Amino acid sequence: MTRTITGKAWVFGDDVDTDVIIPARYLVTSDPRILEKHCMEGLVPDFSTRVAPGDFIVAGENFGCGSSREHAPLALKGAGCGGVIAASYARIFFRNAINVGLPIFECPEASKAIAEGDALEVDTSSGTITMTGIGEVFHFSPFPPFIEEIVAAGGLVPFVREELERRKTR
Amino acid sequence: MAMTLAQAILSRKSDKAPEEGTLCRVRVDLAFANDITGPPAIRSFKEMGAEKVFDPARCAVLPDHFTPNKDIAAAEQAKEARDFALEQGMLYWEQGRVGIEHAFLPEQGHILPGEIILGADSHTCTGGALGAFATGVGSTDLAALWALGETWFRVPSTIKVRFEGEKPENIGGKDLILALLSLIGVQGARYKALEFSGEVVERLPMDDRFTIANMAVETGAKAGLFAPDKTALDWVTPRAARSFEPAFPERGAPYEKEILVEVSEMTPLVALPHSPANVRPALEVGPMPVDQVFIGSCTNGRLTDLEQAARVLRGREVHPSVRCVVIPASREIFADALRLGFIDTFIQAGAVVCTPTCGPCIGGHMGILAKGERCVSTSNRNFVGRMGDAGSEVVLSGPLVAAASAVAGRVADPSEVLAND
Ligand code: SF4
Repeated sequence: MTRTITGKAWVFGDDVDTDVIIPARYLVTSDPRILEKHCMEGLVPDFSTRVAPGDFIVAGENFGCGSSREHAPLALKGAGCGGVIAASYARIFFRNAINVGLPIFECPEASKAIAEGDALEVDTSSGTITMTGIGEVFHFSPFPPFIEEIVAAGGLVPFVREELERRKTR
Repeated sequence: MAMTLAQAILSRKSDKAPEEGTLCRVRVDLAFANDITGPPAIRSFKEMGAEKVFDPARCAVLPDHFTPNKDIAAAEQAKEARDFALEQGMLYWEQGRVGIEHAFLPEQGHILPGEIILGADSHTCTGGALGAFATGVGSTDLAALWALGETWFRVPSTIKVRFEGEKPENIGGKDLILALLSLIGVQGARYKALEFSGEVVERLPMDDRFTIANMAVETGAKAGLFAPDKTALDWVTPRAARSFEPAFPERGAPYEKEILVEVSEMTPLVALPHSPANVRPALEVGPMPVDQVFIGSCTNGRLTDLEQAARVLRGREVHPSVRCVVIPASREIFADALRLGFIDTFIQAGAVVCTPTCGPCIGGHMGILAKGERCVSTSNRNFVGRMGDAGSEVVLSGPLVAAASAVAGRVADPSEVLAND
């Protein structure tokens, strides 16, 4: 699926954890519309009112470390975040983002080069991140085939639905 | 080729040889969620068009995070999880019988050597103490597990960690894992498995092993494994809820690297805000006043932990400006601590004792921090805002340092308090 996402960058460092993405005290709901109000508030208190649709989180290594809460990618999605560009991801966050359909891109070079507020354009079909201001282009690595399969099915929910159908007719 | 412990377990439950770096499809032995991660899993399960969980005896819901329900929203969530569990006939334990999932499930014999355990909670890796391949997933992954009874893993490479030397008396599982964190950092084992070994491990009681495996995820690891030895098998066999077959690492297995942790000269450690890898000896922290001490959680809420805390608090008083909150991690631990007089010791010392729950560990309830407050906690994470206001601080430690700090009113090494014994 070809998709271009544009937005500006919100830059964070290494090891951004799930407690700052969405603090546990708000986990009494899994409704993205409620969660997004507290998204990133541990680092940027008024993030949810300042983030614009399509804006990117740009971070260093190990983004999303900490808990297994799917509320973290849900909160970012709810806030209208266009995706996350990081040097690397913590493993549970990585799986969760794929499963709930939050676009994530692994690109250490872009993560280093991009500064706060930079205008970005991500093209998911060509696998490129462009810093539109200066025209600098970065390539991100495609997902491994198994993950592509889930993405192609539209996420884990439809993937399992198809698998269950197959089992019924077997 | 010889297999690491992770590979040996995965090979049992997989459709093909688990070669490192490749994806393998595995059958799971237990898949569980809690009161926070359960409801979104249930919703995904229904969206998947699933009707029945793959095997109700291998699917569980444990209400342990915001329970006893801290407010109406938490109550609604817990109810949604309970209703589903009862309707499906899944494993479910109500308040008063349950405990923190990672302490309670092994105790009930639901996590066994050689098994593959998936939980919608990152500290599911605790089960590695028993030689189970146990790891955390998100709610949608868990829903898929409940529906299909299987999942996919990338077979991890393994880092072997050897704890060697003569372990000083005041050093426990928490100090050992903090020592490793100080060496490899919070992403030193990202996507990998850890295998713990060495002469210290051979003599290490189960409770310390659970603490170490629990914090494997803090290094980014997928699993933190101990090969099941006599200590583990003696502990687990009388508890086992199912028959099981332990798996072992094979001689000559390929380890990505080996890390040696020399323990003979160690003194108790703490992790200062805001990273579990920001590790110092408690003796070198300098004057650092504390407002609260929390002794509990899935990391250090077991009987040995309470015993150590009681050793420090017996005949002493919690500092007048400190709140000391003690929470046994399960009903069995609570009952044993009561029988052994630890609970009385805590109450006499001026501590608060609460019913088994995650409580303050996750900033849920029963001990939330105000802005500017500092807590010494025996839990596993000290991220910004973890236990309350974003302007509060958490210092991680084992139960000896925590109890000593409660008495001293500042971060203290147990030797500073126990000196007069
Ligand atoms: S005690 Fe803390 S770390 Fe353990 S399961 Fe509960 S919230 Fe998570």
